[in-house]
Amino acid sequence: MKLNVNSAVCGYREAVVLENISLSVSSSEILCLLGPNGVGKTTLFKTILGFLKLKGGSIRADGEDLGTWTRKKYAQKIGYVPQTHTPPFPFTVFDVVAMGRTAHMGSFASPSKEDLEIAEKSLNDLGILWLRDRIYTEISGGERQMVLIARALTQQPELLVMDEPTSNLDFGNQLRVLKQIRKLAESGMGIMMTTHFPDHAFLCASRVALLSQSGFFIGTPDEIITEESLRAVYGVDVKIVETPVDGGHVEKACIPILS
Amino acid sequence: MRRNRKTGTALPKKRALSAGKQTVSAMGLLIFLPVAAFFLSVTVGRYGIPPRQLLQILFGKLLGLTPIWPNTVEKVLFNVRLPRIFCGMMVGAALSGSGAAYQGIFKNPMVSPDILGASAGAGFGAALAILNNFSILGIEATAFLFGIAAVALTYFLSNSIGRNMNAVLVLVLTGMVVQSLFSAFTSVIKYEADPNNKLPEITFWLMGGLSSSTQKQVLMMLVPFVAGMIPLFLYRWQINLLSFGEEEAEALGVDTGKVRAILILASTLLTSASIAVSGMIGWVGLIIPHLARLIVGPNYKTLLPASALMGATFLLLVDDIARTVLTTEIPLGILTAIIGAPFFLYLLYRGRSAWE
Repeated sequence: MKLNVNSAVCGYREAVVLENISLSVSSSEILCLLGPNGVGKTTLFKTILGFLKLKGGSIRADGEDLGTWTRKKYAQKIGYVPQTHTPPFPFTVFDVVAMGRTAHMGSFASPSKEDLEIAEKSLNDLGILWLRDRIYTEISGGERQMVLIARALTQQPELLVMDEPTSNLDFGNQLRVLKQIRKLAESGMGIMMTTHFPDHAFLCASRVALLSQSGFFIGTPDEIITEESLRAVYGVDVKIVETPVDGGHVEKACIPILS
Repeated sequence: MRRNRKTGTALPKKRALSAGKQTVSAMGLLIFLPVAAFFLSVTVGRYGIPPRQLLQILFGKLLGLTPIWPNTVEKVLFNVRLPRIFCGMMVGAALSGSGAAYQGIFKNPMVSPDILGASAGAGFGAALAILNNFSILGIEATAFLFGIAAVALTYFLSNSIGRNMNAVLVLVLTGMVVQSLFSAFTSVIKYEADPNNKLPEITFWLMGGLSSSTQKQVLMMLVPFVAGMIPLFLYRWQINLLSFGEEEAEALGVDTGKVRAILILASTLLTSASIAVSGMIGWVGLIIPHLARLIVGPNYKTLLPASALMGATFLLLVDDIARTVLTTEIPLGILTAIIGAPFFLYLLYRGRSAWE
């Protein structure tokens, strides 16, 4: 699937938050969305997911206008991994993951045996099958993030939208989640995610969109994440370094300068 | 990431398996309970009907045998005891089922028909209808109308007040405001009512009870009961998703606007029909869903039927107490409050971490 956002205008009732946003995500691509707090990353996501009404421009998937989709069709095509939060009831992890099948069931149905098998497979694919019977509200933030990804996999969408999948995670879990995201893209899923860490974009993004007060820039990580652009957007000094990692492969990273 | 932080073990906790054996056997027990409570309730009472006589009558009626039992027993059974039992079971199931649904729809385990104002609204509607000598159908319709108005008022007020605030608390507080507003309206009705006939009628009815249940009332309850329960059962899986919040439910494919509206209408219909038939019986819709959740887990696929079955059993047993313990009847609403209030405190105590 190819998602095309064309000169989109996004915002709430009367307030326009973003204007003239154009981007695209294809299968197997990871688009990282960077930008300071309050610049409208979440607004853009909510518009793409159909929670907010598009105020101008167009959003199409393989030529189809997303505005004509039912909630069900939306959910079959585009999955959403929200930031973790605590639901009011102590569901088991397996129940939460099985909820990902809802878009593929009749309105009055509960998950069938096949649905439950798909849910179990998602848990297995992410290596968290051991969490199956644990209580979702009692596991750690990192575990919950993985469960939400498993739920999105169970949904079997073509595009996955992830809102800060690495926030609130410890260092190890951040990298484990990034590794999973890269694996998903390799398996053919298109991925759109926000992050606060330019390093994460270097690690897994095929393209980067930088959202700031001064404008909207999109390109490869090397083109977009530069010492100048980070200074302009975040108002901080950074040094971008390159270092060879195993196999002669070179990774880039940001080193903040605090002086 | 691989370890349970509290216990340090990697073993999964066995609790509330979604389709596990525990849930299946618990459901078996929950189906057996109302049946047992039914037979117990038929036999006990001021006019005791021994189990043997009950079976004689039931089989005799089915097979068309000549009566070998006293005519009075048959009259008590069919005109008094059975209507009361059926009404009690339906009211218990309706209040608990709608309470469970409300809790999921409003993502809030502290919600119930009472707290949302549905009961107070429906109570006012019914009092108004009694004052104006409406038929039982008229009482049900007016109760439903004001019940839905009260829920809508609570919902919209809490939404407009509650931005960026503790949503659980705001909803409960707005519900209390709406509740006391409609209680005040009900007091106006009582003040206006004729103290010689209408006032006692309304007052006794407000205390809640099943003593006036008739065959006709069973039918009048049955229609809204079926009409309200069907949508709750059909959409019960999607209530799970609603409890995760609007956007998440939508992203998972739920048409939240439509489903929520249907569920609120159905739950309010169940609440108001119960109130029209039996008066104000509080607490059932709050405590039974909680108990059911402790037994079968939070998945509405099993939670909703479990709540309905437990509610039917609970109200039936409490009604048995109401009509047998003292020589005069104890109003049912008073008993459920005496049982419910301490239980609610217990919930507050248990769930205090969720409120922080």
